[in-house]
Amino acid sequence: MTIAALAFYLFAICVIAGGLFTVVSKNPVHSVLWLILSFISSAGLFVLLGAEFVAMLLIIVYVGAVAVLFLFVVMMLDVDFAQLKAGMAQYLPIAILIGVVLLMQFGLAFGAWEEAEQAQSLRAAVAPEGVDNTSALGLIIYDQYFLLFQLAGLILLVAMIGAIVLTIRHRRDIKRQNVLTQMWRDPAASMEMKDIKPGQGL
Amino acid sequence: MISADLNIILPEIILAIYAMVALVGAVYTGKDALASLLTWLTAAVFVVVAAWIGISGAGTNVAFNGMFNDDGFARFAKVTILLSAAAVLVMGQEYMSRRGILRFEYPVLIVLAVVGMMVMVSAGDLMALYMGLELQSLALYVIASLRRDSVKSTEAGMKYFVLGALSSGLLLYGSSLVYGFAGTTQFSGIIQVAGEGHTTLGLLFGLTFVVSGLAFKVSAVPFHMWTPDVYEGAPTPITAFFATAPKVAAMALFARVVHDAFGGVVGDWQQIVALLSLLSMYLGAVAAIGQRDIKRLMAYSSIAHMGYALMGLAAGTEMGVKSMLIYMAIYVATNIGTFAFILSMERDGQPVTDIQSLNNYSKREPGKAIAVLILMFSLAGVPPFIGFFGKLEVLRAAYDAGLAWLAIAGVIASVIGAYYYLRIVFFMYFGDEDAEGLDKSRSPVLYGFLMASAAVMFFGLINLFGIEGPATLAAASLVN
Amino acid sequence: METIILFAPLVGAIIGGFGWRYIGETAAQYVTTGLLFLACLLSWIVFLTHGPETQHIHILDFIQSGALDTSWGIRLDRLTSIMLIVVTSVSALVHLYSFGYMAHDDHFGEDQNYKARFFAYLSFFTFAMLMLVTSDNLVQMFFGWEGVGVASYLLIGFYYKKPSAGAAAIKAFVVNRVGDFGFALGIFGLFMLTDSIQFDVIFAAAPALAETSVHFLWTEWNAANLLAFLLFIGAMGKSAQLFLHTWLPDAMEGPTPVSALIHAATMVTAGVFLVCRMSPLMEYAPEATAFITFLGATTAFVAATIGLVQNDIKRVIAYSTMSQLGYMFVAAGVGVYSVAMFHLFTHAFFKAMLFLGAGSVIHGMHHEQDMRNYGGLRKKLPYTFWAMMIGTLAITGVGIPLTHIGFAGFLSKDAVIESAYAGTAGGYAFWMLVIAALFTSFYSWRLMFLTFYGKARGDQHTHDHAHESPKVMLVPLGVLSLGAVFAGMLWYEAFFGHNVNKFFGIAGGDHHVEASHDDGHGDDHAKDDHAAADASHGDDHATDSHGDDHAMAKVASGDAPQGAIFMHPSNHVMHDAHDVPKWVKVSPFIAMLIGFIMALWFYIWDPSMPRKVAETQRPLYLFLLNKWYFDEIFDFLFVRPANWVGRFLWKRGDGDVIDGSINGVAMGIIPFFTKLAGRAQSGYIFTYAFTMVIGIVVLITWMTLSGGAH
Repeated sequence: MTIAALAFYLFAICVIAGGLFTVVSKNPVHSVLWLILSFISSAGLFVLLGAEFVAMLLIIVYVGAVAVLFLFVVMMLDVDFAQLKAGMAQYLPIAILIGVVLLMQFGLAFGAWEEAEQAQSLRAAVAPEGVDNTSALGLIIYDQYFLLFQLAGLILLVAMIGAIVLTIRHRRDIKRQNVLTQMWRDPAASMEMKDIKPGQGL
Repeated sequence: MISADLNIILPEIILAIYAMVALVGAVYTGKDALASLLTWLTAAVFVVVAAWIGISGAGTNVAFNGMFNDDGFARFAKVTILLSAAAVLVMGQEYMSRRGILRFEYPVLIVLAVVGMMVMVSAGDLMALYMGLELQSLALYVIASLRRDSVKSTEAGMKYFVLGALSSGLLLYGSSLVYGFAGTTQFSGIIQVAGEGHTTLGLLFGLTFVVSGLAFKVSAVPFHMWTPDVYEGAPTPITAFFATAPKVAAMALFARVVHDAFGGVVGDWQQIVALLSLLSMYLGAVAAIGQRDIKRLMAYSSIAHMGYALMGLAAGTEMGVKSMLIYMAIYVATNIGTFAFILSMERDGQPVTDIQSLNNYSKREPGKAIAVLILMFSLAGVPPFIGFFGKLEVLRAAYDAGLAWLAIAGVIASVIGAYYYLRIVFFMYFGDEDAEGLDKSRSPVLYGFLMASAAVMFFGLINLFGIEGPATLAAASLVN
Repeated sequence: METIILFAPLVGAIIGGFGWRYIGETAAQYVTTGLLFLACLLSWIVFLTHGPETQHIHILDFIQSGALDTSWGIRLDRLTSIMLIVVTSVSALVHLYSFGYMAHDDHFGEDQNYKARFFAYLSFFTFAMLMLVTSDNLVQMFFGWEGVGVASYLLIGFYYKKPSAGAAAIKAFVVNRVGDFGFALGIFGLFMLTDSIQFDVIFAAAPALAETSVHFLWTEWNAANLLAFLLFIGAMGKSAQLFLHTWLPDAMEGPTPVSALIHAATMVTAGVFLVCRMSPLMEYAPEATAFITFLGATTAFVAATIGLVQNDIKRVIAYSTMSQLGYMFVAAGVGVYSVAMFHLFTHAFFKAMLFLGAGSVIHGMHHEQDMRNYGGLRKKLPYTFWAMMIGTLAITGVGIPLTHIGFAGFLSKDAVIESAYAGTAGGYAFWMLVIAALFTSFYSWRLMFLTFYGKARGDQHTHDHAHESPKVMLVPLGVLSLGAVFAGMLWYEAFFGHNVNKFFGIAGGDHHVEASHDDGHGDDHAKDDHAAADASHGDDHATDSHGDDHAMAKVASGDAPQGAIFMHPSNHVMHDAHDVPKWVKVSPFIAMLIGFIMALWFYIWDPSMPRKVAETQRPLYLFLLNKWYFDEIFDFLFVRPANWVGRFLWKRGDGDVIDGSINGVAMGIIPFFTKLAGRAQSGYIFTYAFTMVIGIVVLITWMTLSGGAH
């Protein structure tokens, strides 16, 4: 067994274990940490495949941004996961049964996996020789898959609009801080000095 | 090459640019005050684009290395989607603005959803399919929960989102299995390798997962569970939208995948689709009987109707696709009228959705009652209204394809389903005299849509408004 | 012109039936009657001017599918033209008669309009009957066949407030359906074997059918025999032959003009017409015709015996009709179709007249129908009496034996009896008919004596107010009496003499007729008292041998035989009938005399005799009075089991099984699933997701097990 193979199995086991514990762990924060483990292991797998750029991207984007965001959300929301899980517990036996059935089916399918004869020749994004990772990705994303890239952008736009639409609130009954008003506040305009004689009042 | 490609997707580009311009423009100017204007404008743009697509060239154009197909089938579906979306926008405008939920983002999101649908029906690649699907779905998730202060609306959006994510997962998983087998995500490549020799179990699994993901979008049983809750929870105009354009898009996408990518293994998916069809027809018919809320009822109704459309698809023939397209067009036309009526159901200015509120409706508004009667009869498939001809086409296609059992089952299901459509008619005509009635309708727009739809139901029997010709061409361009 | 004849009654029926609200009842009566007289006039013109040749008139296309071609058309030949005049004449006169008969009716209130309806039904009946007799194919004939059935049903049940009338109408309809079933099977069989329903094609194929065998009801049959038999079953129903006859006496519940038109002169003779029309087929079906002869003779006898003891004046005439129909079938059965038509023709006149006369008596006696309550009406109803007398003389067959002078019935009935003797070599049918003739004479005279002679019996008040009928009812009686007197003598030669071939346009006859003309025998003058049978002996022989070759050639070439009726070259019955011994020719006359004297003895000389005989022969009397217990036996054998089966299917089958299962599904199972579906819709996301997962597991498990499409 070569080192590469050893590393592959190590990472693969980590990915699966991470995924499994993300689902089963009781503490949501632990779940997110397990998720991070599985992301990092995936990045390792990408490295083994020679896709260093994607591997780094995975760590930066998923671990650095997405997972950390998850962590915040999980910690900020007061969700009683235990209660939710209790509801699901009564379905556990049948869920396990179905899971086993599903696994057996997949075992059947993957055990006798075969690909089409022309599958190799039909591959669209074969890593080109003599071009580094980043340029190859750039070629694919910005040229070949231009349409998909743009569509992905639109999807993100929709996500952004959605996030705003669903969360922004124009409340009129609360005071808001307006920095500019504060800064442009002219003492001369807002303050009048009155000389009040004692005993006269206003 | 790129300019030719862009030329082909010009309608989509224009719509996307329109959406962004509208968004930015509205943000910097009147914001929600512009929403009504924007809604009408968007509807107008839809109609113009639909007309443009309708009269633009024939033939098949392929763009972006086969990722995007512009053929007769796509054009037929796009015109239907655009027109129904325009109709729903116009119908819902007054309702939403009166309830303060007409945000300027609403038309923009609809435009983006429509762009997603147009990509879906034109998809020539599993990835493009997925992109279109997500673009559409994400926009729909958002508008489903547009009414933030309503628990039901937010819950509807949430359920839709989570289950939609699950279905996307299924679809993606299936796609990856297919890719693992075929080495490509392009439909043309898949059909090339899947069409020869025996089908491996892996490809079958992939196919099953892809079909399941799509079945979620058309709300076919057993992937339908979200439908009643979302229909009920979402604001009525948005329910109307859910019931029309996305269904057409998803159904068209379904047809495209099974024919363009798996056209060589018709026998494999035929049994799955037939099963989905059977379950949908029966569940839609049976479960709707227990419903008191007309929106939930329409949800089950749409499930049942999707069952019939799937029956056409299950035939696996050109005639089947044609019948499915005709069925969907009729379904959309009927639903627009029905939702125009549901939108007008108010008591003391508040929307009502309980079907008991229709008691004795015929005495108060005989004209509208007769229109609703026609729509219900058409939905139930009573001749001479066009709903009947839609069903007839589908049943014939199924029968000709050797699925006589499915056709017979469909007839029985339609008998069961007739019960709840007729119950609405019963309430309107023979309901309790003393029941509290609905307000007199105030909206001429809704009245116009209701009457026009009812008229279509009746006069369509002459030649289905010539829809059969384009549908035949569309089916021919898909199945070859 | 033929089209006008055919459709004038229909137009009348439509105007009378639907338009009377706009034109008034009286106008509706005039329109229907006027159109009928027009049809009648045109029919006589057609009868007198149209030669023996066959003419096809195409009216309208109907169903054309594959080999099936059911165009509406008229087949105009001698058979049709005879039926045309019979139907339109009697119908026109009955329309006229109904003006008086239906003027007042106690069955309807003052405010009820029934007259226009009645006239519309009559006209509709006439149209259907004309459809039947003019048809060019079996389907059109079946249309007419069923049309007259419907009209008969409507008219028998015309007094719909009377339960017995409704029951009689249903009985007539149901019993006729039994016959129609056979008829329909016959049509199907003919279409199956000949691929056509056109008469010409079927006739051409008849010789081939005789060689064919067909599998039906677990055994092999000769096709011609089977089909002829099936068609005859239809004829049995319509013409009230034994076993399917029970409806006819009950049909007397209808108004009397209806009985005269439908149940005496026209509809009931449709069966005879059918057999004559299908003569080219019948000629190749010896067993079937033997059965027809047997059944006809038996019917004649049985009906006559029942007629002896009935007391209702209309029932007596009804049984007499049934008996006379038996005569016609015997004639047709032995292969002398022209004689069957002859008797049909004359019978139409005198029987319609007897019915109308009876109607006149009933009318005059305030709807009293029991003859025991009549008596001595000769003075009160003089015209009716004379008309009835002529009818009785006609039906009993009064004439000068061994000549051709006599009332219509004398000539036609004797012709039937002679044919029966010749056809069965003096066998069963002959003797039955002679005995029936005796009985006929007895009951006819009994009717006359009970009604018009003796002392007035029954309600004195009724007798005091008995009155002669109005002119409008007497005129038809007069016209018909002319027919009853002269119809036989005028057309004897044409139907039974040596002009038959010419008259019916039978192939090979021309030559012979020419010869006859030369001999001076071809003069079809009715008063010719020459014993034509003897004189034309040699000629007939020549004709037969000549026709033999000719007909053979026709069959070989697959053409339909020419002429309205067809007699197989080997069929010599007609010829033999002229050669029967003298005693045979005299026998019906003797029988008539015996019957007359018996009646005279029983009802004039010694009116206590009937009671004595009835008491001494009580079982026989009851047996006859109860009509041989046919109704009771049928009730036991068919009606009650059918009722039981029907009740079982209704209560158990329809009520429990069909309604039960539908209701069970609709009210039990579907709501159960509805509840189930409602419960599954829990509102929890994980339930929904779980459902999806289960769905996908089921799908892929199925895929694994079935391995896709392979």
